[in-house]
Amino acid sequence: MEVVQLQTRFVEYTASLFREGYLDAQFTQLQQLQDESNPDFVVEVVSLFFEDSERLLNDLTRALNQQSVDFKKVDANVHQLKGSSSSIGAQRIKNACITFRNFCDEQNIEASLRCLQQVKQEYSLVKNKLDTLFRLEQQIVAAGGSIPVME
Amino acid sequence: MVCEMENDHLEEMDVEALSSMWPKDINEAGKQFNIEKPGGDQDMLEKVTIIEEPTIVDFKRLLELTNYSENGSSQLAYLVKNWEYKQANVVRLLREELDNLSKQRQEVELKKLEILEEHRFVEERYGDDKRPISILDEVYDLWQDFPRRRSVVVVQNKGVEIDAEYDTVIYWKQRAMHLEKLLEASVQREQILTEKLQGSIKDLERQSSPVEELSQILKRADNFLHFVLQNAPVVIGHQDKELRYRFIYNHFPSLQEEDIIGKTDVEIFTGAGVKESQEFKREVLERGLPAKREITFETELFGSKIFLIYVEPVFSKAGETIGVNYMGMDVTDQVRKREKMAKLREEIAVQKARETELNKTIHITEETMRAKQMLATMSHEIRSPLSGVVSMAEILATTKLDKEQRQLLNVMLSSGDLVLQLINDILDLSKVESGAMKLETTKFRPREVVKHVLQTAAASLQKILTLEGHVADDVPVEVIGDVLRIRQILTNLISNGIKFTHEGKVGIKLYVVPEPYDGNGEGCHKIVADQSTVSENTRKEDKCLSTSHSSCERKEFHGEKPGEGPFQNHTLNDEPKTPVKKSEALVDGDIENHSHHLETTVWIRCDVYDTGIGIPENALPTLFKKYMQVGADTARKYGGTGLGLAICKQLVELMGGHLTVSSREHYGSTFTFVLPYKVSPICDDSDDPDEISDMADHDTTADANDDDISSGYFQFQPRTLGSLFSSGGSGRAQKLSPNNFGLGASHKLNGFSENSCSFSSNNITSKKMPSVDDTSSVVDASETSSEPESSMRHSPNSDSKIGREKQCHDEENGQFQNTCMYLSHSSRASKEVDEITKPRDPEETCQMQEKSDRSFLCSSSNGPEIPKSALKHNILLVEDNKINVVVAQSMMKQLGRNIDVVNNGVEAVRAVQCRNYDLILMDVCMPVMDGLQATRLIRSFEETGNWDAAVNAGIEQHVPPSDSLSNGQEFHPSTKRIPIIAMTANALAESADECFANGMDSFVSKPVNFQKLKQCLEQYLP
Repeated sequence: MEVVQLQTRFVEYTASLFREGYLDAQFTQLQQLQDESNPDFVVEVVSLFFEDSERLLNDLTRALNQQSVDFKKVDANVHQLKGSSSSIGAQRIKNACITFRNFCDEQNIEASLRCLQQVKQEYSLVKNKLDTLFRLEQQIVAAGGSIPVME
Repeated sequence: MVCEMENDHLEEMDVEALSSMWPKDINEAGKQFNIEKPGGDQDMLEKVTIIEEPTIVDFKRLLELTNYSENGSSQLAYLVKNWEYKQANVVRLLREELDNLSKQRQEVELKKLEILEEHRFVEERYGDDKRPISILDEVYDLWQDFPRRRSVVVVQNKGVEIDAEYDTVIYWKQRAMHLEKLLEASVQREQILTEKLQGSIKDLERQSSPVEELSQILKRADNFLHFVLQNAPVVIGHQDKELRYRFIYNHFPSLQEEDIIGKTDVEIFTGAGVKESQEFKREVLERGLPAKREITFETELFGSKIFLIYVEPVFSKAGETIGVNYMGMDVTDQVRKREKMAKLREEIAVQKARETELNKTIHITEETMRAKQMLATMSHEIRSPLSGVVSMAEILATTKLDKEQRQLLNVMLSSGDLVLQLINDILDLSKVESGAMKLETTKFRPREVVKHVLQTAAASLQKILTLEGHVADDVPVEVIGDVLRIRQILTNLISNGIKFTHEGKVGIKLYVVPEPYDGNGEGCHKIVADQSTVSENTRKEDKCLSTSHSSCERKEFHGEKPGEGPFQNHTLNDEPKTPVKKSEALVDGDIENHSHHLETTVWIRCDVYDTGIGIPENALPTLFKKYMQVGADTARKYGGTGLGLAICKQLVELMGGHLTVSSREHYGSTFTFVLPYKVSPICDDSDDPDEISDMADHDTTADANDDDISSGYFQFQPRTLGSLFSSGGSGRAQKLSPNNFGLGASHKLNGFSENSCSFSSNNITSKKMPSVDDTSSVVDASETSSEPESSMRHSPNSDSKIGREKQCHDEENGQFQNTCMYLSHSSRASKEVDEITKPRDPEETCQMQEKSDRSFLCSSSNGPEIPKSALKHNILLVEDNKINVVVAQSMMKQLGRNIDVVNNGVEAVRAVQCRNYDLILMDVCMPVMDGLQATRLIRSFEETGNWDAAVNAGIEQHVPPSDSLSNGQEFHPSTKRIPIIAMTANALAESADECFANGMDSFVSKPVNFQKLKQCLEQYLP
């Protein structure tokens, strides 16, 4: 019965992520890509995303703290982050990136820094949420259950 | 007289008031039934004489009425009384006056007497005077000017004035004359008064006949009624005993009076309701009781109207009915409203009922769904551990066991299998029912499917039965459909057939039919032509639902039996236990290599027949119901859940077909399903020769890998019992020999292979060598459920015709599909080294892949059932974002495509220089060189045939490695226009216009998803 409880929690948790806008339909697409031949696909891609994002965020932080900010580079980085977040369906990051890019166009350092903060915050939020989700998944698997398929 | 005058005056006043209230226009028409002279200020009294009025009244009748009807007489009586009272009053007054006058007269006479006495006395004294007359005459002259009738009353007070001296003769003479005159005048007056009185009486008599007054009163009542009714939508009438109109009032008349009076309703109108109203009136007339009724008229005269009619009988004094009064009111609007209301109310009620019903249904559905969900979840939960148990047991079966242990184990396994099957059934069913079952469309070969199903069944067969399969020639070699489900249906039906058949045969027949239910397909005719043998199935035909068909198919089946692949049969029959894997692996490989033309829909009918116990007719209707079996007996005797057929039916219907059954008890049953399949369009060319040679090779050598493409007939003869489990496991693998046709029960194990530790090493191996081998083996695993292990084990085996070796050969011949993979890996490598690495031999590839990023590997290598046509297309993805790459790649893999990936525009150009692509997906925003520029360069090459533009942009042309030539894949740079699809993030800078302007063909917005990719692929890689 513990498995069922875990599964229920998993389903509810996932639903809440969608409901609260952390994730969008693209994440469902990712989940659909996961199958027997690729059992850990979502985790792999998301981990990749985490690595990538952290690198990008570090680059961004560095770039924005420079004496003369290279907005072209900043913009490219934000573009990357936007692309990858939209690819995994992390829509709050994506939205933050969109705002971010607007300020890059304006070359507005102050606003860009604010946006970077925002993006970082969204990132850590999503990371936490997804980590929790994956932990739940692991628990379910460990308990011998299978991951409920989200319709 | 005074009183009379006053009365008259009052009347005058009354009438005047009335007429002023009466609307002026009411009588203007002049044609109306109740005509009144324009009232105005005229004295209505003048028209009191009713008869002169042009009202539409039959006055004779009115007279009769007043005379004969009770109402009339009472009214009359009242009026008469009133009149009598008035008359009495007048008489009283006249009498009083008369009395008065008489009194006066008496007085006057008395006075005269007095005077006469006096006079006598005087005469006695002056008796000798004899000439009074002359004096009197004179006196007369004196009084000539007296007014004759000045006043009636004043007379008495007039004193007698005599101007002669008192007490003279003259005086007395004068006085006597005077008095005489007075007397005379008084008498005269009296006479006049009497005359007057008489005249007045006469006058009264003449003037005030009761009828006249009654008429006046009636007239006034009539006026009031007119006033009241002037605008009322009513019709008032009186009809006599024969229901002829005697009177009618209708404010909005549509007929002239002469058209109505004296006629009956029926004579006046025609149309619905007229008769009814007449009947109703007659009824009232007969019953003598007033009544109301609503009658709907539909007449030419006034259209569709509803009248509320009140009819009241009129009685004579004797109590007989002499007619009816009737009053009708137009209530059309009210009735309509009422009906509308009623309707609305009804609707509301219905709605409410429906709502409650729905709520109930929803409730029930929710409950059911919950229960089903629960069941599904539970089943799911049970399945995983159970499959563990079963697979462990199977492994255990491969170890050394004594006879008893083996028996126990067999029971364990079969029970386990049963439970698993049950759970799978339940899951399937709930999947279908909840709509979650998604159909896949993949290419497959019906002949192979039939063969595999039969093989599988034969492998687990524990009875002496012949399994046979026949596929008609006109069934395409490859069709598109959900092979897994079709297989499931076939397996289900076959195992059902086997279960209920104790001797004889169970088989599958496949043939093309025209559109469904059209019994006489071409296939049939063809078949009839070459049929010769009579089958033992004849008997079961009696109850076939579509006789023409079944006879055809039967003939076809037997007619062609000797025609094809007999050698194959024999080889097969001898070796029932040989594993299937090899051949399947090859077969699947072949599928990929095969190609086709025509994209059409073909309906294929499949009959699964048996010579078993049959189904009683009364059980047929419930046959496809869930948990229904023919009888409790059946369940006990044969087991099963009763879910199988329900699932089959649902699956078939889900795929757009239908499943029917025909059966005859004790002779067998035939389950028939007809499904539409797409016939795949063509693809191919380059691989064909090899393929053909392959096929030819197989056919002629008739070895284990015998190709099923050409063979339409399979038969599995009875074999010995009890081999089911002993043939499993290692035995299977070890006994492999090239010439054996596989009949192993391998499918059982496969579902669990990943769970079982004994296979784990193999799994790892297969993961590590993800190129060609992996592709095929994984395909096998999902499609035919063969073990990856076997392909591994046999690869070192130098027996040349085994699948693995075959594959190797193919590779050496350069005829495999993973050339593209080399490139994709190379491109990845190029990211670092910026140089395209040389293609390697398979082993090296493996090595390299092991080293490289795992997710890339997984996604690019193994995919389920990749159609050959899809594999053949070269697709290039140009994308710098690693995550996007992974996602897109995975999606493409699920869509059955392998793709090459490069990370920027420069790499894209290089890739195009080295290889011909059928489609490029190009990100727009990329470092080094963006997608727009890359597209321009590629387009420039396509137009000019040289890469000058690219060289100018700093990309030196790369010479394709010479090794590729040795692979038989000569590279001829094509200048054919490659479809390039932009992938944009919807930003303004990457607008569609810009994409088109730079030579892109289309664009998809990011993030990409299945839908978009699929559409794109369908559009550009048909």
